[in-house]
Amino acid sequence: MKNISFFIVGIFFGIVMTKSEAISWFRIHEMFRFESFHMYGIIGSAVVIGAIAMWIMKKSGMKTMAGSTVGYTPMKLNIKRHLLAGTIFGLGWAITGCCPGPMYILIGNGYFIIAVVLFGAILGTYAYGRVMDKLPH
Amino acid sequence: MEFFGSLQDFVSQPWHWAVSGAAIALTLIILTWMGRSFGVSMTFKDACAIAGAGKKTPFFRMDIKDEYWRIAFVLGGLVGGIATVLFLKSPEPVAISESTISYLGSIGISYPEADAKGMGFVPTSVFNFGSIKGILLALGGGFLIGFGARYGDGCTSGHAITGLAHLQLPSLITVIGFFIGGLLMTHLLFPLLVS
Repeated sequence: MKNISFFIVGIFFGIVMTKSEAISWFRIHEMFRFESFHMYGIIGSAVVIGAIAMWIMKKSGMKTMAGSTVGYTPMKLNIKRHLLAGTIFGLGWAITGCCPGPMYILIGNGYFIIAVVLFGAILGTYAYGRVMDKLPH
Repeated sequence: MEFFGSLQDFVSQPWHWAVSGAAIALTLIILTWMGRSFGVSMTFKDACAIAGAGKKTPFFRMDIKDEYWRIAFVLGGLVGGIATVLFLKSPEPVAISESTISYLGSIGISYPEADAKGMGFVPTSVFNFGSIKGILLALGGGFLIGFGARYGDGCTSGHAITGLAHLQLPSLITVIGFFIGGLLMTHLLFPLLVS
């Protein structure tokens, strides 16, 4: 039943992303053309507030509901991999104007064509799983 | 009851970026407090695993029960989208800048004014089920997102929000990659793709 609470947090997130217009293809295109501060303001303030909160949660030794301390398992740094992966993602993000979270939220908003984007993303994930051994990691 | 009507009108306006950013940070904080790491793109891997991709490919062999929370979260996101349409729809279309509107006009994409009132989140003149090109762009764009997200082990929520909030260098490099790809597509490739 704990998943119900994640479902409710998801509803909150869906409303936030819709009202912030961060799910809008037009906002993403505008962002990549540097013609508005809107998206930079959203991402920037989320990161700054998030970083302060994560710092406090770690420093205070706060326990999560699961009983563990707040932490982050660092990924192995591989500049080539992360730059390449990020670039591939960014190409797709700029075509479709939506990243993974907004895909679900846009379908909820009635844009059923985005189900095609979601299906493509699942195919892309499957393709990665098939060829991952041949890529630099 | 009038109070709630006014409150609904107030919340129905497009939100200021700082309110939005704070609310996204709150999502991160709540999920962290609930003992989970905020990230959406893993749901694509979950879908592959549920479809049985693990039979052939070890990468997709996972305990899907550990992922139920995430699936519940994204389904919540979908319902949040429905809830906004029903109760909190903006009175105005997305207010992008004049320069973006005129640029998009020059490549043949109309401003959301033409879309349903208060919506205009997607340029439906490009992306619609009647257009083979639009379907291929949606499918191809989605493919790149899914591939890149798994290769980089995270998407915008996992790297640009969670990873950066934890001051992770790999996340910063991935986000730089998001912008390399995004700028290349927006400025060079996209105008060719839709022409």
